[in-house]
Amino acid sequence: MNLHYHVDGDAFIAAGEASSQVKKVLKQLGIAPHTIRKIAISMYEAEMNMVLHANGGDIHVEITPHKICITLKDEGPGIPDLELAMQEGYSTASQEIRELGFGAGMGLPNMKKYSDELSIRSEVGKGTEVEIIAWLP
Amino acid sequence: MTIEEVKKILQGHLVVGSDLSYEVHSAYGSDLMSDVLAFVKNHVLLLTGLINPQVIRTAEMMDIRTIVFVRGKKPTQDVIELAQQKNMIILTTSYSLYTSCGLLYQHGLRGEEEANELALPR
Ligand SMILES: Nc1ncnc2c1ncn2[C@@H]1O[C@H](COP(=O)(O)OP(=O)(O)O)[C@@H](O)[C@H]1O
Ligand SMILES: [Mg+2]
Repeated sequence: MNLHYHVDGDAFIAAGEASSQVKKVLKQLGIAPHTIRKIAISMYEAEMNMVLHANGGDIHVEITPHKICITLKDEGPGIPDLELAMQEGYSTASQEIRELGFGAGMGLPNMKKYSDELSIRSEVGKGTEVEIIAWLP
Repeated sequence: MTIEEVKKILQGHLVVGSDLSYEVHSAYGSDLMSDVLAFVKNHVLLLTGLINPQVIRTAEMMDIRTIVFVRGKKPTQDVIELAQQKNMIILTTSYSLYTSCGLLYQHGLRGEEEANELALPR
């Protein structure tokens, strides 16, 4: 099964809607709640990053009997130092973003923690591609 | 502790939901959704002073069904509708985050890490 979502960079209210939809689909497919929660948290963090740091983008979800693969692609500013960005507490979020309850610099570490495999490709000035994989038992 | 008791202790108002007999076994208070996503492991009662839609989204991702908005903050209609769609239970209270948590704790509702014997973040 393949799912596609376009995420608007200006719609803070709608941000997270794609993650919400995917969570619903996984539930309908009878995936274990523990697995759904892991995927929901990592996808939501990635979706919020796309909205807050990269002005939106596109999400592709591939579900097979063996794995769930979520690819989030944006054409934002890119991440200059990925190793630094992966550290807990590192954030370039504005005061405005912080007032909304985000920007603690826990998103990327959280995505790492809750996904079975996480790969990030990013190029400054071009954009970022995040791939989250969860293996199904 | 039931939502009924939470409501009474916090002199709260029910703004979404109707199931006052719903039980919570631990709680977490924070204005940082990033921390909620990073540290909460269970179906807690979430207390927060933030009232934007991403509080509801965060709760949804974590399978959190119950939220208390503190400091007399009133959620807007779009936030209320989103919470209704997600079948959540939302209370508001005039007490601050500190006082709300303190009152519930005093009445026996323990924190997430204590109730579930989680390791503390370093
Ligand atoms: N999609 C993205 N595009 C550009 N920069 C990003 C993206 N995702 C993350 N970043 C950068 O990495 C930093 C750390 O991300 P994260 O751990 O999610 O923390 P936070 O979102 O709280 O700042 C961000 O502050 C930002 O500088
Ligand atoms: Mg983030």
